[in-house]
Amino acid sequence: MTNVSISINGDKVSREIEPRQLLVHFIRETPGLTGTHWGCDTSNCGACVVQMDGEPVKSCTILAVMCEGHEIRTVESLEVDGQLDPIQMGFHETHALQCGFCTPGMLMTTRALLDENPDPTEQEIRTAISGAICRCTGYKNIVSAVRWAADYEASIKQGV
Amino acid sequence: MQTPASFEYERATSVEGAIASLQRLGPEARVIAGGHSLLPMMKLRLANPEHLIDINDLAELSYIREEGDQILIGALTRHVDLLKSELLFRHAPLFRDAENVIADPVVRNRGTIGGSLCQADAAEDLSAVCSAVKAKVVIRGAGGERVVGMEDFHVGPYVTAVGDGELLTEVRIPLRRGGGSAHEKVERRAGDWAIAAASAAVWLEGGRIADAGIALSAVGLTTIHLSRAEELLRGEAPSDELFAKAGEIASADCSPSQDGRGPIDYKRHLAGVLTKRALLRATARALYQEAS
Repeated sequence: MTNVSISINGDKVSREIEPRQLLVHFIRETPGLTGTHWGCDTSNCGACVVQMDGEPVKSCTILAVMCEGHEIRTVESLEVDGQLDPIQMGFHETHALQCGFCTPGMLMTTRALLDENPDPTEQEIRTAISGAICRCTGYKNIVSAVRWAADYEASIKQGV
Repeated sequence: MQTPASFEYERATSVEGAIASLQRLGPEARVIAGGHSLLPMMKLRLANPEHLIDINDLAELSYIREEGDQILIGALTRHVDLLKSELLFRHAPLFRDAENVIADPVVRNRGTIGGSLCQADAAEDLSAVCSAVKAKVVIRGAGGERVVGMEDFHVGPYVTAVGDGELLTEVRIPLRRGGGSAHEKVERRAGDWAIAAASAAVWLEGGRIADAGIALSAVGLTTIHLSRAEELLRGEAPSDELFAKAGEIASADCSPSQDGRGPIDYKRHLAGVLTKRALLRATARALYQEAS
């Protein structure tokens, strides 16, 4: 066992764990942080995507011990004081989820896309989520949601 | 739940420290970088290291820079940085060809060139890419450094020239005039391993092929170096017929096995077609470079 401290959504979380514990389980065993979903376990499905120092990563394929000293952000960090993040608003507006299992990973993946590229083309959005599987196959609405959020953020910036 | 078996974890703070730990712990210790090949193998108990040495803090191993007549790539350089590097794209565009189709963007944020090469999965793209451009790798141990050409790097399936107590630290791409390169891959779906892939580089001199490098992924137990096809091309003027012949050699000299990705004859066919395509595109790029 080893003591690990990881910054998750700005809060320091410390726990005695085995070095083999995966980040996804470290996060989900923290009270209030079950929003990150644990899916395929094989880095294929993207349900477990969180951001590590601002970059989307698959938390089923990173050891929790490797994250000490890094900033982890999960889906719970998107909403601030009751205000949804524009990417969450986009998913709501365009009905971009059916069962919702892939949603946390999709949100964290596409939030990172918009942070890097505020005006992505449809192809760029599809490439960004190519490592995330929606088994309800609702990709069309997910792409629309990202575009909605991009347009919304552009309109805010212009003060429209 | 898939979880690796127990191991001891250690975070390296220097290259020397990582090598010292590897020396001390012996063959049961493994280096972990991105971990996107090693952790899945550990979950499946295909790898069972007793110690993991985490080198992710060794920022000095993450760089892409031109030095003299070489491009130097640090072992910890991640796929996303190889994809975005304009320097690499200008001199060895096959890297971007390959990186666009290696796994998915989220995985590419973690995986590294050193990890990919050391994993030495025959279906992995960067081994063929580095072989085609005739890269050399720097392997450091307690006794110092040695430089090994890609032709001597693959010892067997998942086995490389990197020995116990050693760390791959750098990949060196030689820069030569008149060069062009390309990587061609066919996969079942976005982000999958290749059914077959071909990497090619050509160096033109006075309208003839002075030298060529060709390597195949996913159609043998290791990365296949097509030395017989390279020999065929040397001294010849590039042409459709010549590259078709190189493709025939690729089909003959690979040794694919039948699996869920396809039967043997299909993979041989692909190896030939992709070799020809990669050579055509590499040559077009060499001519374009020359003209601009």
